[in-house]
Formats: sequence, structure tokens, C-alpha cells
Amino acid sequence: MGEAIAFYTLAAFILGFAVLVVSTKDTVHSVLFLVLDFLFVAALYVLLAAPFLAVIQVLVYAGGIVVLYLFVVMLVNLKRPPEAHQAPQRRSKLGLGLSVAVLLELVAIGGIGVYETVRPVTAAVPAPPMPVSGNTEQVGWLLYTSYLIPFEIASMLLLVAMIGAIVLAKREL
Amino acid sequence: MIDLFVVPLLKILIVLNATLVAVTYMVLLERKVIAWTQSRLGPMRVGPYGILQPVADAVKLMIKEDITPVRADKWVFTAAPIISMVPALIVYAVIPFGPVVSLFGRQVSLFITDVNVGLLYVVSVASVGVYGIILAGYASNSKYPLLASLRASAQLISYEVAVTLTLVSVILMSGSLSMVGIVNAQYNTRVWFAFVQPVAFVIFFIGGLAETNRAPFDMPEAEQELTGGFHTEYSGMRFALFFLAEYANMIVVASVATTLFFGGWLRPFPNTAFLGFLDFVPSWTWFLLKTFVFLYIFIWVRATLPRYRYDQLMRLGWKVLIPLAIANLVVTGIVKVLMVMW
Repeated sequence: MGEAIAFYTLAAFILGFAVLVVSTKDTVHSVLFLVLDFLFVAALYVLLAAPFLAVIQVLVYAGGIVVLYLFVVMLVNLKRPPEAHQAPQRRSKLGLGLSVAVLLELVAIGGIGVYETVRPVTAAVPAPPMPVSGNTEQVGWLLYTSYLIPFEIASMLLLVAMIGAIVLAKREL
Repeated sequence: MIDLFVVPLLKILIVLNATLVAVTYMVLLERKVIAWTQSRLGPMRVGPYGILQPVADAVKLMIKEDITPVRADKWVFTAAPIISMVPALIVYAVIPFGPVVSLFGRQVSLFITDVNVGLLYVVSVASVGVYGIILAGYASNSKYPLLASLRASAQLISYEVAVTLTLVSVILMSGSLSMVGIVNAQYNTRVWFAFVQPVAFVIFFIGGLAETNRAPFDMPEAEQELTGGFHTEYSGMRFALFFLAEYANMIVVASVATTLFFGGWLRPFPNTAFLGFLDFVPSWTWFLLKTFVFLYIFIWVRATLPRYRYDQLMRLGWKVLIPLAIANLVVTGIVKVLMVMW
């Protein structure tokens, strides 16, 4: 009961701030609402008994990435309305198409969820027991066993992005 | 009921008040120590030897006129001092001042909470503190604060990388992210981590100076160039909040350094039996004593070293400290693996 109340309160805050992020006129305020949103998502992780993810959420998203967003937003002049070269009709059509796609996707996900709960549960393959306890250790264990290849691919991608950024920033090396 | 609400609330109350008092007296201590270094007396007028100076300062700051510039971004301008103060205070939730002791017949832990991810919590809360500085500069709508806040945040972000990397080597040594766990690991390995991780400690300390905007890295407040830094447009209590946040952050860095590298609440040589008479001193006294030594060194450094130039500061951070921290981390990992194999 208490958990449900906490979840719905947090969810309401997250959605509310998310709406403010896209609806606020001032770009800096919008970025600040994004930070608040991320902090509430971190609280959601705490509710899910995943303190490691919560702290990493704050560290990486709220403390790291959004600071850089803020830099860009503060330093780049954003007074000009974005995409001024595009015709408004074309944009609204594109937006309509995207919204319909997202709506269909949500309906599909919801439908599958209902189907999964209605369907009698077949005996799933039990996950191999993890030799470690504690949220941090378990995340580490999963990253280096079941998800090793995705993890390595992600780090390669980040490395490539980093080298690309350095090459772009320093035209002549 | 008592253990769930009353005791934690009491502890929070004590820690918050003690921190705020300590912060105000840090200011006095700093003025005194710098004065002695320069063969002056320092504040002498308010109370004997000026010990009531913090009270006078507090009253002065509170009754000063509170000005908000006309062109400022009002909401952000008001929020910025709060955003810098709050992270500086909530970090104390995981700082262990002592172990679990029995007090009035009940087991009381001398820390507010011991979460599994304590050290990461400290790092992430500190990373949110940057917003206070950036937003103060932005919301003032004035060029000096903006420049100073850009400098400050660039400095913070750069040094955060090096500091966090040194923390990873400490975690490798302790095998735990919990602050209490790290102190216990130092008890079990019979050595303060400062002696097995000297490089990490030095990098942590330099990074700590830079992250709290202290001399010789007090670039964001370079009076000569930036008329006082990101809080130029602030007055009265709002300015005081920035000031207090800086000193609260200093105490945080000193306490974290004590916990990670100097055995937290442990007495010197905790495993040596014939020094057992030192146990008469309560554990939290050791913690406070070590923290105080660090705070004194902070002031000492400020009184001794001239300020770095901004490009020198950035070069030191990115080209010296971060590579050193990475090398230290790699060496720690290799040694750790070798020790396991033997």
C-alpha cells in the first residue's frame, strides 16, 4: 500500500516535470526541469531496492550529462526559434505521424503485457543463482557475465564517440 | 518507533547544528590562522580574542539588504544558493563519525545511516552541487558572475574525474562502497589506506582543494579579475549561503579524506594491544581530530601558496592528475590480482 502511494506520487512528479521540460519556453528552465525529473527517477530506483542504479542515475545523468546540456544551452544563443526554415504544416504532419507511431507502440506493449498476465505461466528457465549479494555486486556480476558483449560494445561505441569528438575539436593534430 | 524516527531525527538535528556552528567557526579559524601567518592578530574586538566574531558576522549578514537584480532570472536566482547549500549538508548523512556504541543502555550508531553505496552517494551529491554555481552565474545576468561560474564549473567537472578515479582505487582496496565498510576494511588490513595508496591520497587532496574552490585553486573567486566571482550579484543571507556551502564542502572533503585514507574513527594503530590505553579517548574524538588537521592544512595551504593561473590549473588537472590517477588505478588492480593469485 505504502509502496503504491510512493510509486504513484513519484510517477506523477516524473510525468509532470517531463511535461514541463517540453512545454517551458525558456531553454535553461527546461534543462532544470530535466534535472528534477532525473532526480525523481532516481527516487524510483530507490523504491525498486536498487540503490546502486539510483546513485548512478544521479551521478551520470543529473550530475554529468545535464551539466553539459546546461553549458551548451547557456553558451549557444537559442533566441531564434528552432527549425524556422521548416514549414509549420510539414512539422505538424511529421509530429502527428510520430505520435501515432508512439501510441501504437504503447498499445502494443500494453496488449502484450495483458496477454502475458492472462496466459498461464509456463515454467521459465530459472536464472543461475548469482554467487554475490548486494545490489552493486549483482549489477557488476550481470554486466561481466550475461551482458558482457553488450557492455563491451557500448564501451567501444563510447570510445569511438570520444575519439570522434577529439578529432572534431582539434582540426589539426 | 524510537529507533525508526526519534533517534535518526535527533542525530540529524545534532549533525546539522554542529556542522553549521563548525562552519561559522571555520571562518573565524581561517581569519585567525591567516592573520598569525602574516604576523597580524586577526579579529580581536568581538569577545575575548574575537571568539564571538561569527555571531557578529551572522547578525550582519542577516540584517543586510537583500537585493535581486532587475534583469535577473528571479526563480533561478533564488534557487541557486539553496541548490549549493543542500548538497553540502545532505552528504553528512553517510559520514561515519564513529562505530556503533552503547549509549544510555541502547545501541546507537554514530552515523546517520550506512547505505551500501555510501561513497558513490557522496560523489553523486557533490556532482549535483555544481548546479548552484552554474545557475548563480547564469541567473545574475551579469558578465563577471557568468564568466566566473563557467570557470568554476569547468574546474569542478575536470577535477571530479581525477578525484573519482582515486576513489575507485580505494574501493579496490576495501572491497566495499559503504563508508563504514571502508573504515572496517582499514581495521582488518591493519593499515590506513593513506600508506598503501599515497598517490591516490595526494590526488584526492589536490582535487579536494580544487573542488571546494580553495586556494591555490580559488579561480572562481579571483577578486582581481572577476570582481568577486559567481556570487558578485548576491547580497545578505543569500551570499552567506554560498559562503557557508563552501566551508561545509571543505568539512565534507576533510571528513571523506579522514574516512577513506586515515582510518575514520580508528585510533592510531588500532590493532596494537599495548596502545590500548588510547581507547579511553572516544572514537568520534579521533575522527574530529583528524578532520580538524585536514581543515587546518586547507587554511595553511591558502596562507602559503599563490593562486594558479587558469590554464595552469586546467593543465594540472587533465595532463597530470587524471593520467596519474588512471595509472594508480591500473597498478592497484594488477597488484590486487597478483596478491589474490599468490
